[in-house]
Amino acid sequence: MDSTAEKITELQGYKLHVIATEKYKTNTFVWRMKAPLTKEDVTKRALLPHVLQSSSAKHTSTAALRSYLDELYGATLYVDLAKKGEYHVMSVSLEIANEKFLSDPAPLLKKGFELLSEILTNPNASGNAFDQDTVEKEKRVLKSRIQSVFDDKMRYSNVRLLEEMCKDEPYALQVNGEASDVDAITPENLYEYYQKAFSEDEMDLYVIGDVKEEEVRQLAGQLLQFENRTPKKIQTEKSAARSNVNEVKEEQDVKQGKLNIGYRTNIVYGDPDYFALQVFNGVFGGFSHSKLFINVREKASLAYYAASRLESHKGLMLVMSGIDLKNYDQAVGIIHEQMDAMKKGDFTDQELEQTKAVIQNQIMETVDTARGLTEILYHNVVADTTISLDTWMNEMNKVTKEEITAVAEKIQLDTIYFLTGTEAGK
Amino acid sequence: MEKITFDQLQEELFHEKMSNGLNVYILPKKGFNKTYCTFTTKYGSVDNTFVPLGKDEYVKVPDGIAHFLEHKLFEKEDGDVFQQFSRQGASANAFTSFTRTAYLFSSTSDVEKNLETLVDFVQSPYFSEKTVEKEKGIIGQEITMYDDNPDWRLYFGLIQNLYQNHPVKIDIAGTIESIAEIDKDWLYECYNTFYHPSNMLLFIVGPVDPEKIMTQVRENQAKKDYKAMPEIKRKFEEEPTQAAEKKQVLQMNVQTSKTLLGIKALHVDQTGEVLLKNELTMNVLLDLLFGKSSDNYNKLYDEGLVDETFSYDYTQEQGFGFAMVGGDTEEPDKLSDRLKQMLLDANQGSVFNDEQLARAKKKKIGAFLRAVNSPEYIANQFTRYAFNDMNLFDVVPTLEKITLQDLQTLASEVISEERFSVCQVIPKQK
Repeated sequence: MDSTAEKITELQGYKLHVIATEKYKTNTFVWRMKAPLTKEDVTKRALLPHVLQSSSAKHTSTAALRSYLDELYGATLYVDLAKKGEYHVMSVSLEIANEKFLSDPAPLLKKGFELLSEILTNPNASGNAFDQDTVEKEKRVLKSRIQSVFDDKMRYSNVRLLEEMCKDEPYALQVNGEASDVDAITPENLYEYYQKAFSEDEMDLYVIGDVKEEEVRQLAGQLLQFENRTPKKIQTEKSAARSNVNEVKEEQDVKQGKLNIGYRTNIVYGDPDYFALQVFNGVFGGFSHSKLFINVREKASLAYYAASRLESHKGLMLVMSGIDLKNYDQAVGIIHEQMDAMKKGDFTDQELEQTKAVIQNQIMETVDTARGLTEILYHNVVADTTISLDTWMNEMNKVTKEEITAVAEKIQLDTIYFLTGTEAGK
Repeated sequence: MEKITFDQLQEELFHEKMSNGLNVYILPKKGFNKTYCTFTTKYGSVDNTFVPLGKDEYVKVPDGIAHFLEHKLFEKEDGDVFQQFSRQGASANAFTSFTRTAYLFSSTSDVEKNLETLVDFVQSPYFSEKTVEKEKGIIGQEITMYDDNPDWRLYFGLIQNLYQNHPVKIDIAGTIESIAEIDKDWLYECYNTFYHPSNMLLFIVGPVDPEKIMTQVRENQAKKDYKAMPEIKRKFEEEPTQAAEKKQVLQMNVQTSKTLLGIKALHVDQTGEVLLKNELTMNVLLDLLFGKSSDNYNKLYDEGLVDETFSYDYTQEQGFGFAMVGGDTEEPDKLSDRLKQMLLDANQGSVFNDEQLARAKKKKIGAFLRAVNSPEYIANQFTRYAFNDMNLFDVVPTLEKITLQDLQTLASEVISEERFSVCQVIPKQK
């Protein structure tokens, strides 16, 4: 598995992760910044990377910056936000062609690196404020980004489940922040937050492609230097179990009902039984051979999709399915039966082996893409662990039936959320 | 087996046409874990009127049947093929488009076994009354899911505006009513007509030994008794060149309005190099007009008319084609009008210069390199290109040949108000 040989170097203020591989025709940079998820900062963090990527001191308009990217053989630059447990992670990614495959020998790796550094450290700002026009435009777009969740019912119902389930926990916050907090952001207070984030966040840079580690380290050392810091860690408190299942129904004008069920797994990435939890999820609902797909879709014909997934750093398992409004009770009943079957160990060796084979395949495929590889490696940063991919696979493959039923005992049903139609009550 | 080398890209492609007519392509990818394999028939939702194999008369089949068939092919007398793939550590899937139905798997081990499973399951249909009925509930939920999706409704609404007769206007999955008519006899009729190896293409990309894989496929096909197949007769009604409807507004349970402007394509009889050049020219034109570095995009963004959902796209296949541009907006009418005007302005002679064209080409060349990092892209796009007599690996050389004159000629031909149409989604009025 040499493609995942990750070389980590501690540089000034951040860690550099270099993965040298000949697989790709492009080189990829991913810059990540992580801080605890808080109501106070979440909206500013959701805005900040979008302001940074829209222009810089050297390329003072979006048109100028984007023209320069086109000139660099259509280098892509994009930002995104993610919740990893109760951390909020900002990412800035840049992917640029490897000139080896072009007739033009311009040194693109260096130019890409310089541009990334420009975006991060030399923003379009004067004094202690970002460019006002840029901030106002991006505030407008942030508001529409937050609003658009409502229009995508699959996403909306997932967001609503988490809001209901994690009511008094930071995890209920939306990844793009809160619409009502956007207006209060100014070019000045955002700039202040920018300086704070770059001096306090835990920061990591991934560079993946046909690169020389030494060269990357030198460039990184020259182009990106920050103050050293001790990153803030969150204290995860295991939330108390509910005495009653929280059942929420919301009516909207929809044709298909969205059923989302949240469980507390009480297990997070880095725990010894995390690997058993992965296999549990695979047997229960992760794949097209899993109990949920077979019983909700194939046997009962109730749904097109019925699946579960893990939120590894928060300790949640989330089930989702789209069903006819009238089939709520039947679908919930079938899902409960599958969970009971898991608790009783009512699954075959074949289901177990099949699941391990598919999980192994999924991981191996994920690390074939630069993006997927950084996602997987970043788990170690979030959980402050050093689990190698080999260890991950070995441990997962060793999981026994008993370990899975032990995991099942820890899993608690928390909230059932149903987005139903206005016709359903009739 | 022939070997085709692409020096600049540092890739090699292996090809062989089997004696039953099946085209097989293999692209070895060193260093990758994954092998990705697609088995595709040149048969999609638009092929709804044809002469079934062994018959003389045209028939019109129920809407959504190509997609229904795709679902049902996975089911066999002894169970579901998905199960077999996952036992072999593979992940399987399938999709139906306007013109193709593709079956695929990806796996990082047991590639030969999975390849055998893929080819064999697609070549051994088993449809029964009982399982056909059961599938109607599942596909019914797939259709309802799309009914609630404003972007899908917007996209299909626009195609329905543009096309009067062509079956591209029919939703790929059909409707709850149309799939109710499907039975096993219909499925066999479609299968027998369109799933002959001579109408199909097998593509394998990954860390494989091409010699070994080709031998395996050759032996597999030799065991099966396929008779030579007459040419498939498909029928399409005459289609006017102008848009069927100028505008359609859909009211939905949304908070944000959306607008999409479409242009109905011309020259939809093109194939091969001519089609390749035409669609690349159209893509460059749209990039220059609406890309993130364009004046137009930046004006619209600054004025608050568009956000990051703004996008544009061009599709052209045998018999139909369209360009689409738009996104979420607070002012759907104003945005549609501005987009129309921007297009009409571009049709008034040369609005671009050599420097812009050179930059747009560089951007596309880089995008192509990025795309060929992806086994999925290579297999799916190569197949699409091959079905239209084009070669995916001609993209860069063809792109390099595009001139300002080409852009101008295309713009003045295609951009015309009679071929415009607008579709909008707006929040439901209480």
